[in-house]
Amino acid sequence: MSLMALREQLNGLVNSMFLEGLLDDQFEQLQMLQDESSPGFIAELITLFCGDSERILAELTKLLDQAVVDYQKVDAFVHQLKGSSSSVGAQHVKLACVQFRQFCEEHNKEGCLRALNVVKHEYYLLRGKFDTMLQLEQRIQAYESKQQI
Amino acid sequence: MSRRRVSFSDGKQCKGGRRWSNPLVVLFVLCCVGCSICLLWGLEVYGILERKVRVRALGDEREKTLLDQHNLSKDRVQALALLISSLNQGRFYECMSKSVADERLGSSLLHVLREQHPEIDQSQDQQHWDRENMSHEKVSVEIMQETHQFFPEPLLNILYLVIVEMVVFSMGFALGIFFKSSCQQFQQQKHYKPQNSKGRGKWSKKFLFLGVLLGLLVAVWIFLSMKADITERRKETLVNMCDERARMLQDQFNVSMNHVHALAILVSTFHHGKQPSAIDQKTFAEFTARTAFERPLMSGVAYALRVLHREREEFEKQHGWKIKKMKTEYQCLVKDDYNPEKLDPSPVQDEYAPVIFSQETVSHIVSIDMMSGKEDRENILRARATGKGVLTSPFNLLKSNHLGVVLTFAVYNTNLPPNATPKERIEATVGYLGASFDVPSLVEKLLHQLASKHTIVVNLYDTTNVSAPIRMYGPDVASASEMHISNVDFGDPTHKHEMHCRFKHKPPPPWSAITTSLGVAVIVLLVGHIFHAALDRIEEVEDDYRQMRELKVRAEAADVAKSQFLATVSHEIRTPMNGVLGMLRMLMDTDLDATQEDFAMTAQSSGKALIALINEVLDQAKIESGRLELEAVPFDLRDILDSVLFLFSDKPQAKGIEMAACVSQEVPDILIGDPGRFRQIITNLVGNSVKFTREGHIYVSVHLVEDAKSVKVGQCDTLSGFHVVDKRKIWENFSMVKYSNEANDAVSLMVTVEDTGVGIPQDAQIRIFTPFMQADSSTSRTYGGTGLGLSISKCLVELMGGEIGFISKPGIGSTFSFTAVFRDGCKSSDDKKRHHSDPALSDFQGMRALVTDGRSIRAESTAYHLKRLGIHVHVAIDQDSAINTILDVCSTSGKERLDMVLVDKDAWGGGSGISFPRLLLERRQNGAVVHQESLPKMFLVATFLSPTEVHHLKSAGYVDSILKPLRLSMIAACIRKALGVGSKRQQLKGQPMALHKLLIGKNVLVVDDNAVNRKVAACALKKFGATVTCAHSGKEAIRMLQPPHNFDACFMDVQMPEV
Repeated sequence: MSLMALREQLNGLVNSMFLEGLLDDQFEQLQMLQDESSPGFIAELITLFCGDSERILAELTKLLDQAVVDYQKVDAFVHQLKGSSSSVGAQHVKLACVQFRQFCEEHNKEGCLRALNVVKHEYYLLRGKFDTMLQLEQRIQAYESKQQI
Repeated sequence: MSRRRVSFSDGKQCKGGRRWSNPLVVLFVLCCVGCSICLLWGLEVYGILERKVRVRALGDEREKTLLDQHNLSKDRVQALALLISSLNQGRFYECMSKSVADERLGSSLLHVLREQHPEIDQSQDQQHWDRENMSHEKVSVEIMQETHQFFPEPLLNILYLVIVEMVVFSMGFALGIFFKSSCQQFQQQKHYKPQNSKGRGKWSKKFLFLGVLLGLLVAVWIFLSMKADITERRKETLVNMCDERARMLQDQFNVSMNHVHALAILVSTFHHGKQPSAIDQKTFAEFTARTAFERPLMSGVAYALRVLHREREEFEKQHGWKIKKMKTEYQCLVKDDYNPEKLDPSPVQDEYAPVIFSQETVSHIVSIDMMSGKEDRENILRARATGKGVLTSPFNLLKSNHLGVVLTFAVYNTNLPPNATPKERIEATVGYLGASFDVPSLVEKLLHQLASKHTIVVNLYDTTNVSAPIRMYGPDVASASEMHISNVDFGDPTHKHEMHCRFKHKPPPPWSAITTSLGVAVIVLLVGHIFHAALDRIEEVEDDYRQMRELKVRAEAADVAKSQFLATVSHEIRTPMNGVLGMLRMLMDTDLDATQEDFAMTAQSSGKALIALINEVLDQAKIESGRLELEAVPFDLRDILDSVLFLFSDKPQAKGIEMAACVSQEVPDILIGDPGRFRQIITNLVGNSVKFTREGHIYVSVHLVEDAKSVKVGQCDTLSGFHVVDKRKIWENFSMVKYSNEANDAVSLMVTVEDTGVGIPQDAQIRIFTPFMQADSSTSRTYGGTGLGLSISKCLVELMGGEIGFISKPGIGSTFSFTAVFRDGCKSSDDKKRHHSDPALSDFQGMRALVTDGRSIRAESTAYHLKRLGIHVHVAIDQDSAINTILDVCSTSGKERLDMVLVDKDAWGGGSGISFPRLLLERRQNGAVVHQESLPKMFLVATFLSPTEVHHLKSAGYVDSILKPLRLSMIAACIRKALGVGSKRQQLKGQPMALHKLLIGKNVLVVDDNAVNRKVAACALKKFGATVTCAHSGKEAIRMLQPPHNFDACFMDVQMPEV
């Protein structure tokens, strides 16, 4: 029963994320990729994404903190973030990154800072949801493994 | 701020006090006015009484005069009788018989009578006089009435003036108000000018001051006019009294003179007309003494005979005494032992006038020659020449030493023609009758008879010599007070007399005038005070109002600032908070021991709670600052309901509370609106219900507004059988229910959340939608929450173009209802959201199900979920019909297929649903044999199942159980599992199979510097059977691709750095 409930909860969460536009079709594709052969695929991917993103964000913050901003570097980082977020299906983060890159091209520091904030905001929002998702998945897995035993 | 509040509360108290003091002031003023009116009235009455007294005094005087006159005439008759009695009867008859022949006597008697003609008339008509006396009171009353009519005039005047006063006041006031209003208009046009209000305040104050001044002037005027009136009246009284006295004196004098005249005729008749004389000294004395009451003003009378010098000796011889001379020089020094014998004999003269008869009181002048006195001599000479009574100037009388006047009548021979010349008169003179008036005592006596003698002082003057008037009576007081002079005519044209009257006392202060004017002044001042107070109050209130407005503006500004601040700060807090949460999450992923993990968990849950709170505050602030905008995206309402109910399912399941949702079929599948906000509202309402419900049910229903009215509501026919409140009452307040809008694709929904919780106390119901307000301060302690939920929900509902309302009864439960307007999403072409669940749903199309439940609403709710899957549903309320339906279907297998039966655990009372299959089994054994396979699958629908129940489920005949709250996905999963329809889904993956074949066994190199991308790509390729090798950089990829290599394909990012 609990397993069912957990699955339902997970489903609901993912659905709501779709509805809110946090995730796009890409994530669906990822879901389809996950099967018995690779049960922790999404969790792994999300953890990877999160780690990568946080590193990039830290770098970006450091770069934009400096008096003279190396926009090329910034752009590279943003591009990287955009790539990873789009492959995960984090739509909002991706869009925020596109905005960021525009500011970057304009060498608009003010805009960049603002965009960084937006990206961070969106990222943390998504991050919270992902956390919940991971937690649910962990529990499901734990349950399943218990049942199997 | 706190001081401000204190002053407010003070103001409140003041207000209270004022509210009490106002009627008191009014009462006081009324009392004052009443008192002053009473005073006025009393004064008037007093004045009238005073007047009456005065009038009565006057009347008394008149009465007295009348009486006196009457008495006089009576006296006269009496005197005649006395005369008769004093003469002896025989003589009288003799006389009378003689005088019958003697025409002169008769005529003289007649003359006497004629002299007293008016008195006789009066005596003849005594009855008439009596009547007059009787009716005197009436006369006085009439007089009084006259004065009465005269009196109200000042009163009316005063009233008139008071009214004028009031008019002046009100005009001033109205003018002030007019000024004020015009100023206000001016203010409205331009902005606010505080000095303006002060200016108009000053204006009205000026008017008030003017009014008060005018009123006081009027009071002074009243005082002056009344005083003048009183003085006038006093003067009038004085004149009246003086004239009265003068006339009385004159009358009495005339009466006395007449009597003396009569006496003269008597003497002439009885002394000279008879031989021998009928009168001697004794008779004369006796007669005069007995008739003295008729001459109230005379101290004594005497008769002197005219004796020529040649007759002197004979005369002296006859009487036996010498004619004596009057002691003129020492008149003033006459003593009590005055002896006429000691007087010198009269010197030789042409003629003498020795006194032969005299009254007892003046017997000392017998034998004295009257011609020897200067005054007397002149008098005698004048008297005999005129034939009338003649008066001397006032001089000190002999012996008594009182100031007196001597009246002299000449006694003629009887044969004197009526129009005789003075010469003839002198010739005919035989003697002189003198009478002395003792003026002071006589006047005293007269005045004594009159009332109110104490009020005035009377002086009598002889004004023959105008330059040096001789005072005859009265105190020698030259007082400055006003005085009235009336002439007194004593019948002697050569002498003039005047009576001077003045009031003995100074005029009393005009109390009535003073009190009246004071009363008016007091009224004026009071009214002035009232108006002043009113003006002050108005000013005060205006000031307060101004202050309030200022404060209001400031408060509003502060409110907006607060909202903006909240919105900003919440946002600013949320961002780092997310960081904190994320880091905590990461911390928890690291290797922690149990305590550390517990700490981290606690921190994270606290942080989540904080985020939730901040989100709520942010929403509230956004709404208040008007920055909240709704999205318009397609969404599935039923999914939202499912997920919300599922979110809250833990607690109700534990408590055994029924939880269900039902959406009307008319509601479109896809709506366009803001799903997030809609979910928020539903979450709030359901969350509240869950919080406050301990037993019973929570039921969410959605209808179109147009259909909501037709929904039947049964008091007992509810989800759990508990009573609920009548939700139709909520809708009565909704304008949308009454006027449902007919916009094109607009869909108005009526959402109702019904629970059987503790309910909201009556007094808390009004503030339930106020931010941060909870029904009870203890609520937050018992149930938690910020109190923002409902307030936010209300705002959101309003933003959605709807209304929210509720009805609640403590102990029974609450029902919240709201309406919202969405657009119909089915009409819009793209239906992309649907495709998540569509494949799953299509599996169940055309299936048939039987729902059996004792409660129709619950059955309906279950049926609603099945219908969403496309399953045809029959509903059987009672057990027998359900069994019959199943058996029917089973026996005629094939045609009417029944795929499943859903039985509620508590269908016909607690736990009764579990035994349903056994009943069915028994029935089946009794009846026809049915194939085991054709029996439908049985599902148990329950809120809660204990592990043992789960365990016994299979043996009881159920395939599976479905836990409430029902959800589409769960039902679908259950049914799929039980019926095995899910296999179709596997076939859908046929398309990717081609790709699989293509890729299987291939070696693929994936190159990406982005770890995530790399992972994703690698996984995707692995999925299809490829062997994937990853490279994280371009250089590495190039190195790996150095031929020879065994890669079939290489995937690489376009923008690869280092390449």
